[in-house]
Amino acid sequence: MSDYKMHLLICSGTGCKASESEDIINSFTSLIDEFGLEDEVQIVRTGCFGFCEKGPIVKVLPDNTFYVRVSPGDTEEILKEHIVKGRTVQRLLYTDPVTNENISDSKGIEFYKKQIRIALRNCGFINPENIEEYIARDGYMALGKCLAEFTPEETIQEIKESGLRGRGGGGFPTGLKWEITRKSEADQKYVVCNADEGDPGAFMDRSILEGDPHSVLEAMAICGYCIGADKGLVYIRAEYPLAIERLKTAIKQAREYGLLGNDIMGTRFNFDIELRYGAGAFVCGEETALIHSMEGLRGEPTFKPPFPSVSGYMGKPTNVNNVETFANIPVILNKGANWFNKIGTEKSKGTKVFALAGKINNVGLIEVPMGTTLREVIYDIGGGIKNGKEFKSVQTGGPSGGCLTKDFLDTPIDYDNLIAAGSMMGSGGMIVMDEDDCMVSIARFYLEFTLEESCGKCTPCRVGNKRLHEILDKITKGKGEVEDIERLRVLSSVIKDASLCGLGQSSPNPVLSTIANFENEYLAHVNDGKCPAGQCKALLKYEIAEDLCTGCTLCFRNCPVGAITGERRQPHFIDQSICIKCGVCFEKCKFDAITLT
Amino acid sequence: MTKIKSLADLKKIRDEVQSKIKLRENSDHPEQTVQIKVGMATCGIASGAKETMNYFVEELEQQAIDAVVTQTGCMGYCYAEPTVEITLPGKEPVVFGYVNKSKAEEIIEVYIKRGKLVDGIIPVNFKTIDE
Repeated sequence: MSDYKMHLLICSGTGCKASESEDIINSFTSLIDEFGLEDEVQIVRTGCFGFCEKGPIVKVLPDNTFYVRVSPGDTEEILKEHIVKGRTVQRLLYTDPVTNENISDSKGIEFYKKQIRIALRNCGFINPENIEEYIARDGYMALGKCLAEFTPEETIQEIKESGLRGRGGGGFPTGLKWEITRKSEADQKYVVCNADEGDPGAFMDRSILEGDPHSVLEAMAICGYCIGADKGLVYIRAEYPLAIERLKTAIKQAREYGLLGNDIMGTRFNFDIELRYGAGAFVCGEETALIHSMEGLRGEPTFKPPFPSVSGYMGKPTNVNNVETFANIPVILNKGANWFNKIGTEKSKGTKVFALAGKINNVGLIEVPMGTTLREVIYDIGGGIKNGKEFKSVQTGGPSGGCLTKDFLDTPIDYDNLIAAGSMMGSGGMIVMDEDDCMVSIARFYLEFTLEESCGKCTPCRVGNKRLHEILDKITKGKGEVEDIERLRVLSSVIKDASLCGLGQSSPNPVLSTIANFENEYLAHVNDGKCPAGQCKALLKYEIAEDLCTGCTLCFRNCPVGAITGERRQPHFIDQSICIKCGVCFEKCKFDAITLT
Repeated sequence: MTKIKSLADLKKIRDEVQSKIKLRENSDHPEQTVQIKVGMATCGIASGAKETMNYFVEELEQQAIDAVVTQTGCMGYCYAEPTVEITLPGKEPVVFGYVNKSKAEEIIEVYIKRGKLVDGIIPVNFKTIDE
């Protein structure tokens, strides 16, 4: 029997931990002791609530009160006012930016209204380091039912009927992949969980592993049963220390309960899971490169076929799925394929988790049904663009994807529509840009990332992307030519066609996408020598307006490179060839005499 | 802890541990369960509201009745403390006054379980700006 009368759910994901949630927990703990409430109030460390913009988050139950931006200094007030006296602390509630009302029930917050949490169902609800809380949420029931009541073929059929497609980016049908692996004959097979999440700004998989690691372990065991494997490997980047720690705890607990190991639930099915650490190479998110890395070789991709389903880890049939794909499996089997395939669009079923970032008011982790439009994600869930600025673009699919303009805001998000729009689903990064972002600089940024991450195996990727980057860099420095735009197009096509793996085949996408949608910005750079967004420093021009300059000599005295000349009480002059465009004169001038063009 | 050796073992553990997070699950959709709010301002506490609330929590759990028990501020009926507002699913809230342990027991047996009214209801004779 649970004696606790109140539960305090405190986000312990990486983002909120970095924002003092651990201090909040410690503060609550000592206050609860001080007030003698340790038998009545339970503190629960949970996974990510998703609303990272407003972290750290504390949820008080059963009152269903959602406190945001909590600091350790707020804990005493929450305890005295709310826990002891039952009065809501109004100043810590979320304030709706449109109605200005305080909202205590998180379901009433626009950020959450259009979300359906399937892969994230337990994040923000259970303590991920307590297997019993997972079991209380029907955890391991899907595994138990499969082992006791279904054949591997029947289970695979259920996954196929659900229409689940892989959440790592490519969207290959999961059930079909499992079936192919099952049909491969071998003395040993492997299940691999791809937790190598490398896109800049993406943290979907990390949040699932931190908030609900058991759902991934359960799904891997189910997969092992279906394909005939007794060994599972999680390939996870070493930069995810909290996720690694929680996975280790979860694996240990599952073994202790007999849910991993030999003779699981008395059915003679054996399955165990180990961790393998990646060193953070982006290309190792590609399954053949990942497998090579796990084997101790260089993380370089190889030709397919043979696909890993036929010849993978150590030459044995291997099923590789993404974290989020696995997170969907237990709930599909518990609720049935017919429940899952009613969510989403005709060909893309279920939900998708996105890491929403960039120039958006509600930065965070979201999960929406397939088919939700970009407008709904950005304006309803995301709360619109920061500081009331104009929307310019949204990048989906990370450095392999493309940017979409306002013309695409009503595009339903699913695998096929995003590709038709010139982008891709990717693993779920979604970065919003506003009028102050230069699209040429952004293409260069993504290319910089790709350059760094290329494994170097293929010349078109290794050398070609370097050349692309050089051209883009030239353009942002004001030295580009009109012909450079066509060079970018041609070179990008060659790289796409001639590279071996998905990294090289998609690395030019941001370039092609920005040229297609924002050619006017490229032209402004090369023809007019101007950056419309004002981001490319080399193209900025600080000038002194003669009629406003009083000759006070302040800019002259502050210029670090001596680019400004002029006599006292006479209008000053900036020598453009010397100016390094640091902006100091602009900031110092008291008469607004310095203009930016 | 014990090893899980069969599906039945897993179900047994699930049923045992489910009560620990029942409070969290009910909290998300309180309108689907019985909602009980105990006035816990200074006047309520002075009149024994803590004992009343503890009784509700323990008894409802003992009888496996799905309910959300929360504490709230002063409802304005200081003369009748402890006061308890009870909302059955799909029905208007009802406020009871002078709720001690025996009255709480009666409320659970007669009103919550069988839907019949009991003595001690405080009639609502004012409106708030929300109405």
